[in-house]
Amino acid sequence: MSYIKNLFDFLSAPTISFTLLTVAFPFIFPPSDWFDKKNKQWGIYKLWTNKGAFWIFMSITFFFVIGYFDPYFNLTMTKPDNIPIILMIYSMIFVIWLGMKQAYINDARLDRGEKPKEWNDPDDKVLVWPDLVYIELIALILFMVLLIVWSILIGAPLEEPANPAATPNPSKAPWYFLGLQEMLVYFDPWIAGIIFPIFIIVGMMAIPYMDINKKGDGYYSFKERRVGYFIFMYGWMVLWVFLIVIGTFFRGPNWNFFGPFEWWDPHKVVPLTNINLSEYVWVKLLNKGLPTSILAREAVGFVAVVGYLFVMPLLLAKTKLKKLYEHYGPVRYSTLMLFGLTMFSLPIKMYLRWLFNLKYIIAIPEWFFNI
Amino acid sequence: MAEKEKKESLLDKLGESQVWKSIIRSGVPRSRRQRMYAVLGNVFLHLHPARVPKHAVKIGYTWCMGGLSFFLFVVLTITGILLMFYYRPTVEYAYTDIIDLTEQVPLGIMRELHRWGAHAMVLTVWLHMLRVFMTGSYKPPREFNWGVGVLLMTITLFLSFTGYLLPWDQLAIWAVTVGTNMARAHPFIGHEGPGASLLAIGDINLVHMGSDVRFALLGGRFVGEATLLRFYVLHCIAVPFIAMIFMAVHFWRIRKDGGISGPL
Repeated sequence: MSYIKNLFDFLSAPTISFTLLTVAFPFIFPPSDWFDKKNKQWGIYKLWTNKGAFWIFMSITFFFVIGYFDPYFNLTMTKPDNIPIILMIYSMIFVIWLGMKQAYINDARLDRGEKPKEWNDPDDKVLVWPDLVYIELIALILFMVLLIVWSILIGAPLEEPANPAATPNPSKAPWYFLGLQEMLVYFDPWIAGIIFPIFIIVGMMAIPYMDINKKGDGYYSFKERRVGYFIFMYGWMVLWVFLIVIGTFFRGPNWNFFGPFEWWDPHKVVPLTNINLSEYVWVKLLNKGLPTSILAREAVGFVAVVGYLFVMPLLLAKTKLKKLYEHYGPVRYSTLMLFGLTMFSLPIKMYLRWLFNLKYIIAIPEWFFNI
Repeated sequence: MAEKEKKESLLDKLGESQVWKSIIRSGVPRSRRQRMYAVLGNVFLHLHPARVPKHAVKIGYTWCMGGLSFFLFVVLTITGILLMFYYRPTVEYAYTDIIDLTEQVPLGIMRELHRWGAHAMVLTVWLHMLRVFMTGSYKPPREFNWGVGVLLMTITLFLSFTGYLLPWDQLAIWAVTVGTNMARAHPFIGHEGPGASLLAIGDINLVHMGSDVRFALLGGRFVGEATLLRFYVLHCIAVPFIAMIFMAVHFWRIRKDGGISGPL
């Protein structure tokens, strides 16, 4: 048992678990023919069958059952405020399974030249009274019963009275914002707390304008929209939902990482060895002191950021993504690039931190301008 | 079958009475025509069209999540109103009022219903969004309604966030402290945000700890009495009001954009 627990502790470290997820993701939601071939070869699509659902359900439940009987994880897991996250894990995975299952059925139908299973003769409709309203009534009653039972069984979270003088360690935001708090490890508050949320909201609103693929409207399908699916699912499930799970279960005092079965040691010492890109360039590479001029000091960082966000899309538009650019036009293309590259800047910064201990690409604390 | 139709039940008799007809407008919906009238003649039901495609009533297609989100909003409004009778948003009383809600009320689960309902609503809204994405229902002509939906999701999170402070316990003030600390880093209008120091006249900074966006949100330099009142008003009046406007648009646009999405 302790071997399994140690394995879980090891695997859940963000460096490991995030990497595993990121590598596995294109095989689970294959965005190209090559990945699709591997997906079929290794039978990953079987996840979206009843058998697959059984194994996904069993493995998550296995984890929580072990966790429930573990003295340390029990504390985190049974905290009333963490109950919604357990529900979130189950419900989110279940509905994705449900959607993907139907998507694969529809993909097979479309391959055979049939219409998706949602299709019905437009004249063959059902009456809202009673066919829809009774379903709504039943759903509403069942849900209300569920909510009342839930409320009777588990008291709402309430801790000791507010005390501005006693800061809890760790101090956590409400659970649905823990993804953002987790991003704070890699970015300063002005990016993780302001720019990213704005970009997430505006970027999501812009999805219908960036995805001009007309197929797959009004029925579950994967094959016809696989690139869009891949990007959205990666953003939603890994960069949002998974970060919430990390923030809830694996972040202890001082926001240090703790495996699920580890004790939250408030005195855990994690060496802070992160250094800035400017120090890498001037001190380590050129063996000089940092220049006094801020702009000269951070020039490399500016080049990197501007290059990543603005020059790279331009070059890509002329070379590799020429077809996409011609298809999308300048406005749509630059919108897609801005939001897409901003989204992928998060995993990129995470890996720069993990691999090179890179703190900031541009570090101008004088202006609160750190990237 | 024919025998049955001849027999007039009590319900049918009621359906012909003046009182029933004045309220419901049509008789007991038995025929196809009457059933359509039942929907068209009712202000709440006519959010729906009279007839929907077959796949629209399949749980596997809609997961019921949009409807449940709205249902939870109604549940939260009702339980919230009941809670407002007892809860006083002051540092002195807030926490004890919350205790009283469970201790002094027989079977006092109103706060539990409100709290768990709120968490459930965050989940149902997220699942609804996932469903809409997975069925590609944001595609033309429904782009605008997807945008409204994203705003409604943000509003739901903000509603939950403002409600988080009201119990005035350790969980509440520190979660809100962590959340609102972000505001101090807002570019230009947060005192620790990039560009804030540019907004100055000579040596006098216009954006400082007592004048930035976080100060406006908290009504002070830290989470205190004024914050509690502010979040209470936002939570009970301001944000639900905005949510209702967006919901009206959201539901109306579903109908205008051709009802539930489906394959052509």
